[in-house]
Amino acid sequence: MTPNQTDRIATQVINVLVLIVVLILMFLLGDIILNGFPHISWHFLTSPSSPFSAGGGIRDQLFNSLYLLILTLIISFPLALGSAIYLAEYAGNNWRTGLIRTAIEVLSSLPSVVVGLFGYLLFVIQFHLGFSILSGAIALTFFNLPLLVRSIEGSLHAVPDTQREAGMALGLSSWRTIRSIILPAALPGILTGIILSAGRVFGEAAALIYTAGQSAPILNYADWNPTDGSSFLNPMRPAETLAVHIWKVNTEGVTPDAISISAGASAVLIIVILLFNFGARAIGAHMYKKMTGGK
Amino acid sequence: MTAILKTRDVHLSYAKQETLHGVNLDFDDHSITALIGPSGCGKSTFLRCLNRMNDLIPKTTVTGSFQFHGKDIYAPTTNLVELRKQIGMVFQQPNPFPFSVYENVTYGLKLAGHTNRHYLDEQVERALKQAAVWDETKDALNKNAMSFSGGQQQRICIARLLAVQPDIILLDEPTSALDPISSAQIETTLLALKKTYCIIIVTHNLQQASRIADRTAFMLNGNLIEDDLTSKMFTKPANQATSDYLNGKFG
Repeated sequence: MTPNQTDRIATQVINVLVLIVVLILMFLLGDIILNGFPHISWHFLTSPSSPFSAGGGIRDQLFNSLYLLILTLIISFPLALGSAIYLAEYAGNNWRTGLIRTAIEVLSSLPSVVVGLFGYLLFVIQFHLGFSILSGAIALTFFNLPLLVRSIEGSLHAVPDTQREAGMALGLSSWRTIRSIILPAALPGILTGIILSAGRVFGEAAALIYTAGQSAPILNYADWNPTDGSSFLNPMRPAETLAVHIWKVNTEGVTPDAISISAGASAVLIIVILLFNFGARAIGAHMYKKMTGGK
Repeated sequence: MTAILKTRDVHLSYAKQETLHGVNLDFDDHSITALIGPSGCGKSTFLRCLNRMNDLIPKTTVTGSFQFHGKDIYAPTTNLVELRKQIGMVFQQPNPFPFSVYENVTYGLKLAGHTNRHYLDEQVERALKQAAVWDETKDALNKNAMSFSGGQQQRICIARLLAVQPDIILLDEPTSALDPISSAQIETTLLALKKTYCIIIVTHNLQQASRIADRTAFMLNGNLIEDDLTSKMFTKPANQATSDYLNGKFG
């Protein structure tokens, strides 16, 4: 075989492999959305689920997923930001940094069901948090942290060192340089990272079954007092999320229309995650343009 | 001419390897001093000692005396913010902050606590005019500084530094990333600025040194070989190595 032929064959093989990946994704997305879309209606999105009879919706589950996501981000973002700043700007190249990196790697590869059970034993039982959005949010923080730390660290590294020098040469302290020059410059990347990690959190089920629970009590959307048991803002109430709902109606559900509910809910879940992804790209690109292209 | 900055016996080691072996140089006020020499001769390293930018690099030790306004730059009592306000630096790559031109130029002033809008406006205009970039930016002060050309960005960086009214301006190959026209504009700007400031410039470009510098210092392998009036060094260098370098025999 001539080098030319080898090259052509290698290119073809690579093209076929890429095609397979794309086809798998297209097939999955197409199947879920085509099957689920007909079941999505305004009624489906805005009415509470009904455990025994047909015609239930996913209003509370959808809200729970979003609320859980926000709580998770409130807990995990400051932690991740601090760690990422440490790793990107302060950490020396030594065993301590290696240890932190390994810890983050391991954290990201923990099986979610194990984290769920751990969260159940520690937060739900030991700390008496019960099955609650808060327990769920803490458990999800475990997953969210490594993703966030890595993406924030990446965007901090992407800011050229010349910017740090510029700050130092003006007499700014390290912290001041980071806070008022590096962070704003890295903002588009950080935002993209947050939204992408949000997709992961939004779709998580296994870790939530044991922490946020599987029940969706009736919520009062007019009650803005988070300490009321029935308030939609109460972080101490059990909260079944969309992903958990899909799992539940398919395993223990007695609703006659379980199949159509799970098809519709899956489609909603996928669509929301796709929106996150495209949103991340759009917002990232827009902010990058704003930061570099001028008004 | 009075020397505003005097350095004596400057040694610098990085990770136990000495890269500057005792440099003695004086810098006059209201003049331009060029540091020339082949790559790796230590001229940029020496320049960065002058406002302690090497402090940021771990495992680096600097010894020697740096007399500036009667005080040693490396004294433990030196306030780095104050020092870098007095001895500003322009880098090889233009590095404006990703903010508006106005924000860039007022950054140092705001850092120093100036908030009066009228005063800031005045200083922005003065600094941009001094850096000869006012005409190109006066209608676009709110535009992102990154959106200007390389030469304009470099002059915005110079304006950012002039805004805080330094005594000494350090330039580390400020035109090597720029096209010839932008370089020429920067040189004109520097010639105008030397009336007010002490300017120290590291350059690879010997013609540039001969065009703008009053004095030139030639460095080689971490040693200062010769420093003299530019006119003298470029016509009758005292040292054979200087002559060889200027004639392009090495470097």
